[in-house]
Amino acid sequence: MKENIIIIGGGIAGLEAAGQLIRLGYNPIIIEKEDHLGGHVADWNCLFPDMSSAEELVSKLIKNAAEANIFTNTEILFINRLKDNYNVMLSNGISIIARVVLFATGFKLFEAAKKEEYGYGIYDKVITNRDLEHWFNTGDDSRIDTDEMEAIGFVHCVGSRDEKAKNPQCSKVCCITAVKQAIEMKQKFPQARIYCFYMDLRMFGKKYEDFYISAQRDYGIRFIRGRVSEVSENIDGKVIVKAEDTLAGKPVKVTLDLLVLMSGMVCNPDSTKVAGMVALPADTDGFLKSRDNIADITSSPKDGIFYAGACTGPKTIPETLAEARTAALNIHTYLQ
Amino acid sequence: MDFGFGIAPSSAINLDRTDLEKFEKVHDMEPDIYKCMACGSCSATCPAGRFTGMSLRKVILDLQRGKEAEAISMLKGCMLCGKCSMVCPRGINTRHLILSICRTYKEE
Repeated sequence: MKENIIIIGGGIAGLEAAGQLIRLGYNPIIIEKEDHLGGHVADWNCLFPDMSSAEELVSKLIKNAAEANIFTNTEILFINRLKDNYNVMLSNGISIIARVVLFATGFKLFEAAKKEEYGYGIYDKVITNRDLEHWFNTGDDSRIDTDEMEAIGFVHCVGSRDEKAKNPQCSKVCCITAVKQAIEMKQKFPQARIYCFYMDLRMFGKKYEDFYISAQRDYGIRFIRGRVSEVSENIDGKVIVKAEDTLAGKPVKVTLDLLVLMSGMVCNPDSTKVAGMVALPADTDGFLKSRDNIADITSSPKDGIFYAGACTGPKTIPETLAEARTAALNIHTYLQ
Repeated sequence: MDFGFGIAPSSAINLDRTDLEKFEKVHDMEPDIYKCMACGSCSATCPAGRFTGMSLRKVILDLQRGKEAEAISMLKGCMLCGKCSMVCPRGINTRHLILSICRTYKEE
């Protein structure tokens, strides 16, 4: 009989690890609290840097993990440490015993309404990066008026690099996501002026810098270095954004038809809760603590418990998938 | 009656009222002007900058923000030596760009 491996989280990390573990001859069991697989990526439309389809990626991962046992709409009630095993009790009444538990619990998107000065949930024309992707996917958002789109703004680092919001970490992917979404909006509304308000642009990944140059050169996206200080609404329902143009050394003001907040990645409280059941420590940034942040990021300090993906910190999709494969291989060698 | 003092004009940039018609003309001639990422290499290497306040980075930014007068007065310090074009990491032909700016914004 094939050995059970419990995977907590059915996002891309959990799915990729499951696919690899199936090929290595194990029986992965995915536990997902939502009603669908694919996690945050399932909410996205196109992925940088090649504008490939998020849906295709997720369905490919689901196909590769088809032989896994998958429980959606299921939460974990408790985890017991037995002698060499873990006993995991699920909310659907099933309990599973396995030697290995893989945490692929991911991140949570920062709640943009917490940054009250940006007016999310207060002003009608302020949306988040996820809302925009939802609109790309469905075309359904009453806040986006396609007939009136003269100026659009993107605010980088919303809830990231923000000690006051209790998230000092950089979320890594928002810079490039903002550039991607700015290009997509320019393609949809060629006459619109598009502004990105940034502190630094962190274009670290493959082809990110090309993407940034293309946004400037080919699409005329205007980058303004300065964090948006406040947003207000005018009588026409448009939003007025105030910032400091730190390169010019002058305050800047602009009226926009749509403002998109780039909500960052913060640690997932559900992940912390489940980790607490087996007394896994949190790192100083609040994400789960690996045995070693350089050499052994997919191992927890406890035998038999492994990590993959954004549960240990903000990650890009290729990084997450690579970690999922690493974790699968580490589990395989651990069990030999 | 002039009492010799008054309210200073606001230095704030209002992007709603920024007229970029001339800037777009420069952009048509010099598409690379959009590629500037304000790294400041040009200004750091400029031999005239220290004496005249010339800074190509600031000129490009000021033009985009509708501060034409400041930009044009800075350009008067340029000797067209072309050192800036050697250091630009985005490969902008800065000397040519400066000439195109002068041509577009020249005082009538």
